[in-house]
Amino acid sequence: MKKLLTVIAAGIVALSASPAWSSDSDIITDNGGVLSLRGYEQVSDINKSEAMKRVPRDQQLIDREYIQQPPLIPHSIRGYQVNTNANKCLSCHSFKNAGAMAATKISVTHFETREGETLSDVSPRRYFCLQCHVPQADAKPLVENTFKPVDSLQ
Amino acid sequence: MLKLLKRLWFIMKTPSSAAFGFILFLGFAGGIIFWGGFNTGMEATNTEEFCSGCHAPIVKEIQETIHYSNRSGVRAICSDCHVPHNWTDKIVRKVQASKELVAFAMGTINTQEKFEERRAYLANREWHRMKANNSQECRNCHEFDFMDFSEQRALSVKQHSTALASGDKTCVDCHKGIAHQLPDMKGVEGW
Repeated sequence: MKKLLTVIAAGIVALSASPAWSSDSDIITDNGGVLSLRGYEQVSDINKSEAMKRVPRDQQLIDREYIQQPPLIPHSIRGYQVNTNANKCLSCHSFKNAGAMAATKISVTHFETREGETLSDVSPRRYFCLQCHVPQADAKPLVENTFKPVDSLQ
Repeated sequence: MLKLLKRLWFIMKTPSSAAFGFILFLGFAGGIIFWGGFNTGMEATNTEEFCSGCHAPIVKEIQETIHYSNRSGVRAICSDCHVPHNWTDKIVRKVQASKELVAFAMGTINTQEKFEERRAYLANREWHRMKANNSQECRNCHEFDFMDFSEQRALSVKQHSTALASGDKTCVDCHKGIAHQLPDMKGVEGW
């Protein structure tokens, strides 16, 4: 009888004390009043995603903001295949095709390996154009930016 | 055997005792059933379900292209591009396709690896077919006479108003891989 009472008492104590994990999860889901790009949304809440931005089909060439910036793609690239079999970008922008297509030529720096050796064709490390060159969607900047290009680019 | 044929011939040339109108009716009804059945059967071989029975990996590829999913929901299915719409051409293509049943039985492309290996051959065959018929299957929907150049990209206008308009080039010369993954494009004109 005494033993049974001890077990019940222990059970009551265990249940009344709030388990450690529940208070932890409260901390994780609380954003701590910090305003982020998601707003004041709690971390655990699912907020509405923004509408997808549209990429204009064709636009004026976009000037670079800094010297080393990979030029932006001024047209839509939906359905362009860049893989081991084909490179749609190079079907216009390669040295061979750029003239006929009146397209910007790929830079000669793209023929160099990382050891500085110049190859006869695009270096494998520069083959995946979209790794650096991206189309510009019609979108407002997410945060204010006061960046100014250097004089030579203004 | 000869006896059977003789009997059949006898039945065929003996006038029937049935009424002329009834015979005529039988002819019409039989004709409708046969023709309807034939066409329904042929249409069934033009559905996406039928194509994907064997060409499953390729059906998956089209799903991210504009011919499958787009803003207005107008779609092209396999047969819209791969089977001529004109009746006689369609029959010719369907008879040619009977060869593909042999390939199916032999399992020529029954794994992804085998299919990838044969992709260039298969793609080339379709490119040549479309080049030969002046990309008729593209033009069934995309009619050159009704293209509004002011709605096209500058480059498209240039190409369409020169090479395409003069008949030098046909749609498939430039528009390759618009609904499928491309094979190795080494040596292909323009790539």
